[in-house]
Amino acid sequence: MSDIIHLSYMVDGDDFTRAGEASSDLKSKLKQMGVDPEVIRKVAIAMYEGEINMVIHAHGGTIEVDVSEDKVVMVLKDNGPGISDIKKAMTAGYSTASENVRSLGFGAGMGLPNMDKYSDNMKIDTAVGKGTTITMDVQMK
Amino acid sequence: MDKFINSVRLDSDLCKGCINCIKRCPTQAIRVSNGKARIIREFCIDCGECIRVCPHHAKKATYDSLDIMNKFEYTVALPAPSFYGQFNNLDDINIILRALKLMGFDDVYEVSGAAELVSEMSRNYIDNHKDKRPFISSACPSVVRLIRVRFPNLIEHLLPFYEPMEIAASMAKDKAVRDTGLSPDKIGVIFISPCPAKVTSVYAPLGRDHSSVDGVVAIKEVYPEILPFMKQTADEEEELAISGKIGISWGGSGGEAGGLLIDSYLAADGIENVIRVLEDLEDQKFSDLEFIELNACSGGCVGGVLQVENPYVAKSRIKRLRRYLPVAKMHLEDDINEKQYMNKKIRYEPVFKLGTSMLESLHMMAQVEEICKRLPGLDCGSCGAPTCKALAEDIVRGDAKESDCIHLLREYLHKISDDLNSF
Repeated sequence: MSDIIHLSYMVDGDDFTRAGEASSDLKSKLKQMGVDPEVIRKVAIAMYEGEINMVIHAHGGTIEVDVSEDKVVMVLKDNGPGISDIKKAMTAGYSTASENVRSLGFGAGMGLPNMDKYSDNMKIDTAVGKGTTITMDVQMK
Repeated sequence: MDKFINSVRLDSDLCKGCINCIKRCPTQAIRVSNGKARIIREFCIDCGECIRVCPHHAKKATYDSLDIMNKFEYTVALPAPSFYGQFNNLDDINIILRALKLMGFDDVYEVSGAAELVSEMSRNYIDNHKDKRPFISSACPSVVRLIRVRFPNLIEHLLPFYEPMEIAASMAKDKAVRDTGLSPDKIGVIFISPCPAKVTSVYAPLGRDHSSVDGVVAIKEVYPEILPFMKQTADEEEELAISGKIGISWGGSGGEAGGLLIDSYLAADGIENVIRVLEDLEDQKFSDLEFIELNACSGGCVGGVLQVENPYVAKSRIKRLRRYLPVAKMHLEDDINEKQYMNKKIRYEPVFKLGTSMLESLHMMAQVEEICKRLPGLDCGSCGAPTCKALAEDIVRGDAKESDCIHLLREYLHKISDDLNSF
């Protein structure tokens, strides 16, 4: 018997000040479910970085999360500009974020590298001019 | 209410009458007479430099003791955003907030939450009033008091909102009244402060008649009380945090500006740097900046005189704490807008003016120039004034005599002794 809990989030691309709310919500729900703290930490960071990227670069999108006994799967989908050079984007320190968000600590260029580091598996589907879908999972302990 | 209340005072038993504080005061507000320092109240802006520099620890900040909590039936803690940077190995702000409740407060309301509302109001205001640029932050009470006595042309550039502490206090009190049904005077909203200037802004506020805050305690007194409770609360579940990145960033210099999401701003900290910026601003050298953040303390509020930790260490801890927080958690609802504009104008207080009319001031300035020529120009401080020019001004105001200058006195004595010898 495997129950899967499904959570859906709309990420608002117009209000930058709401960026990060979806991952914050998922984090508190996982805590309530009693998920292992180390797993929660990895999920929270991976999803946070993806969510921020969505707002800063892609004008928002949707995040679908499936929580089951053996793993947490996150699918982040946007209709943004797409990533033209995945290899470059995955380089630590490379960022296309604008000046005005850097004073809050954004734009260090660690988004995609962190998502890769903290998730157990990551897949990027992207097309320039069409959008990006990133699928990540974190295995339960 | 007295316009010039200060929260910096002297413990005269410890004062040795040295000249360290008089030389360091940015508004030349201190004099030494009869072997003890005294602060000229109208000039003092509570920046705390004298407290930092006094080698005998004779200069102290005044604030309420923790006993003030016992005066109320229900207390709400208002931690300043910079408070979070005082703790080592902290990865969740909720740990501090829960510990504050265990320490004795009935509830906690984050000032950083109200700060996010001020950031949102500021963003809207700056967008709608582009003709009045640049805007100056009104969050640092020392800077506001400095501007009102020394830079009157800049008063109109101050953002017209109350500071986050005030907004948090009124929201916390409303919430406490709703939660408990008690009357407001039985509820104590207590700010946990990084500096004495915040104490003055509660007991002698600018821009309003009375503060919504009921008491101000010092971070350095709360810190040892709260530490023992923090281990306990690490595993608890209660979520008390209401702020995100923008809110807690207000604790360090550049944080308030960062919350505006613009890139044409300047953030200066340290009172000497602030004065330099204000002087250039008066000469209109910054016409394309939108916002100017000014903090009297180095590093921002983390550098306040009532803090425990090194300001730069605290600032880097805040950076770490905010890393995975949502950008902001508090957002404006429509009904908040009206209440948060200052209802009293900040007026120019010309405390440095020499005379009561322009003619009289001109006359007195000429006298100052003349006396200055007779003084040695060493700025040694032995007369008790920070510079020879300050002594000359004191003499013309009638507060000092030329014989206070020990060099002039020595010349005079030599002359008398020569005269006696040649008798």
